[in-house]
Formats: sequence, C-alpha cells, structure tokens
Amino acid sequence: MVLLLQALSWLVRPPFRIRLYFKQMEFIGVNSLFVVALTSLFTGMVLALQTFYAFSMFGAETLVGATVALSMTRELGPVITGLMVTGRAGSAICAEIGTMRVTEQVDALTVMAINPVQYLVLPRIVAGVIMLPLLTIISDAMGILGGYLVGVQLLDIHGGMFMNKIQEHVTLADVYNGLIKASVFGGILTLVGCYKGFYTRGGAEGVGRSTTQAVVMSSVLILVSDYFLTALMF
Amino acid sequence: MQNDRDIIHIESLYKSFGDFRVLDGLDLSLERDRVNIIIGRSGGGKSVLIKHIIGLLKPDSGRILVRGEDIVPLNEGEMARVRKEFGMLFQEAALFDSLNVHENVAFPLHEHTTKSYSEINEVVQAKLAAVGLQGMDKKMPAELSGGMRKRVGLARALALEPKIVLFDEPTSGLDPVMAAAINELIQRTRQEFGATCIVISHDIDATMKIADNISMLYEGKIIARGSPAEIRENSDPVVRQFIRGEAQGPIKVN
Repeated sequence: MVLLLQALSWLVRPPFRIRLYFKQMEFIGVNSLFVVALTSLFTGMVLALQTFYAFSMFGAETLVGATVALSMTRELGPVITGLMVTGRAGSAICAEIGTMRVTEQVDALTVMAINPVQYLVLPRIVAGVIMLPLLTIISDAMGILGGYLVGVQLLDIHGGMFMNKIQEHVTLADVYNGLIKASVFGGILTLVGCYKGFYTRGGAEGVGRSTTQAVVMSSVLILVSDYFLTALMF
Repeated sequence: MQNDRDIIHIESLYKSFGDFRVLDGLDLSLERDRVNIIIGRSGGGKSVLIKHIIGLLKPDSGRILVRGEDIVPLNEGEMARVRKEFGMLFQEAALFDSLNVHENVAFPLHEHTTKSYSEINEVVQAKLAAVGLQGMDKKMPAELSGGMRKRVGLARALALEPKIVLFDEPTSGLDPVMAAAINELIQRTRQEFGATCIVISHDIDATMKIADNISMLYEGKIIARGSPAEIRENSDPVVRQFIRGEAQGPIKVN
C-alpha cells in the first residue's frame, strides 16, 4: 500500500521516462496476447458446450450465444486475462525485481541518485492498468468467437439467431464494467509483483519464494476483488 | 575533531539489527584525496558502515558529516543530491543484467546529464579504456568474468566523475593477478580522477601496498588508525593478530 502511494506520488514528478513505459506495456501487453487469446478461445468453446447441454433441456438453445457473451464480458474475460497475465508477467516482474534486489542492483540505482520506485515500480503498474483492459477486449472477442464456433458450426444453432440474441441481451455497460475490473486486476498483479520483488531477501531461494507468493497473492486478490467489484457495479 | 583534510567525518555512530549491535559508537575520519582503507573481519560491519556513508541505511544515532554536511537527517530527495558526488563499486559489481556494458556505463550519464549521445559515447569509451576494457561495449554482464564485471562497475562508478568513490571488497573472489590489477586501478582512480577512495577490505597485503591510511573496525568501533607503517607497528594484540592473519589470539573464531 505504501509502495502504491509512493509510486503514485512519483507519477507526476520528473524525469519522465516514456521509453520505460512502452517497454513494460510491450512486455505485459503484447507478449501476453497469444496466451490470453488461446485460453479465451477455449473458454468460450467449453462455455458454449456446457450451456448448450443445460439449455437444450428446456429448448432455449438460441440463448447460448448471449450467455457466452455475457459471461465473457462481465466475468471470464477480465478474470482469465488477469490470471494469465499474473502467471506470465506478474511472476516475471517479481523475479526480475527480486533478483535486482538480492544482487544489489536496486541499491546501485539508489546510489546513482535514481529512485528505484520511480524507475522500476511505476512503469510496471501503469502498464498493467493500461494493458489489461486492452487484453480483455481481445479475450472477450475470442471467447465469443469460440462460442460461435462450437454453437453454430458444431451444435447447429442458427447463426443469425446466435448473434441476434447477443445484440439483444448484452449492453455496452456489460463490456466497460468488465474493462474497469480488468484495469483493477492489472493494478493488483503488477503492484503485488513489484512489492514482493522489492522486499525480497535471501538470495536465489528468496527470489523463488517471493515469486510464488506474488502469484498466489495476486490470484487470490484478483478473485476476491472480483466479487466485490461485481457486487458494486452490476 | 573535524579538520580540513577530512572529507567524511563520523561521530558516535550506533546501529543495531534487532538485538545485534553492529556499530557501537563508531568514530571515523576519512581524508580528502587519499586512499582510505577500512579493514575488519568478514561480517564485522564493514558493509553496514559503507551503506551508512552513502545513506542506504540510517543509523540509530550519531552523525555522518560529508564535506561538513550531516546526512543523517536528510530525506531521499536531498540524499539524491549528495549521492551525485559519490560513485560506488559494489561487491558483486551490481551491473544491470538487462543492459550491455556500454549501456551500463552510459546509464548515469543519460540520467543525470544533458549530454548528447555522441558526447556520452566519448565519455563511455574513455572510462572503458581507463579500466582496460576497450571494445567490450556490446557484451552483456552475464558474459563477463568477475574481474571484468568489477572493472565495468568501476567505469560506471566513475562516469559522473565523482568526488568520492566507495569500494565494497573490491578484490574478494578474484585471482591474485586480477586483484593486483584492481588495486592498481584504485590508486589510479585517485591519481587520474582526483577522487577520494574509500575501500573496505580484509585483504591485508593489498591494503598495506595501496593505502594512505588504514582504519581497523573491530566489534563496532574503530580500534586503530594510521598509515600502513603505523598500523604494522601497532601494539594492540587484536590489530597484530589481524594483520598477521593468526588463528590464535584475542579475536575469537566462531
């Protein structure tokens, strides 16, 4: 928490190192694209399979599309993105900063009169907050595509009906509330990764320990905050 | 008493970690434009002392005067100003893994000067040449030997032409030839760059060769101070045991 406030206070102070921000956005965002797209595609596919099974019991198969779209935008898109990026980038952030800490590189920054919070922590948090919503848009789209593939191509739901029901039931608010969630998750996973890395002690073993803790803690915090954000927004 | 020759003056410095008292009322003066070496046992608080001098640690009590200014009450922003006068060579060099040799040395220049890329390049080439590493620009730190890493670390520490350069165990873990080369670099740092050198070490032979004055740290205090000749003549049994490297004596091995 103190780290977050420190980081925010440095947000408005020069020097601004724009290149660092883009580098982190590339690392957190662009490099996570493939894994997020892939997992979201299959999530959408399995969702269609499961809801088709349930809805066919009372002849509501055409609602499969709307169900998949609502689940993805409101819930699964942000959460899957958050968890995948935690595994991919949150762990890497923690391991990198942790290694820099135990090999005195963080001290070296300080000695060179460069604030390590401003230099290391802030760009990562900003990148997480910006990139997670963007990844979530991809995730939503891929999930719905997966649902369409399974529902329309495999299970013979009428394609027009499938899309029509999505338009009917999904509002813009569903999408952007999901994106707000994603932004919060991005803040959580980068902050936890940085925090655990920053206060790493005890050599290689310490880096391993704090990386594990960062992933577990981020995942738990994402799922818990997801409940409260949902209760608050919808 | 502080006199004009002293660049750093420390008065009754206390620091404990939990119940373990590392610095126990330490007094120390370090002279301007000299090679000042602090000797003492491994784990005896030498690194803790050097981290106090550069403000990475704050003491429980005491004063640390850098060129007459007490740095203990300074906040991080004010400390950053003082630190620009310092360069530091870390024990494991602490090069940035993600940057190559050239970028490591250029790093403080990009951050703290408004020099153009070509001016920075000139400085970097000059510093790398000074430590005997021309043409290694594109190597990554992981590809370098321990001695080379330390020399790059020294080039980086000297990039901003600091007034004071701190060396944390500069020769530990190096072969004798490389250790001698590093020791020569320490002397050249003083002669060519006009910087005050502060070295912590437990390498007695090298210390006797390159030091202008030696302070011995033992149990959280400075127990002896003087030129190499004076230290060698010192009658304190602790000092004698340490500089002769004997297992028997008042210093207990545990």
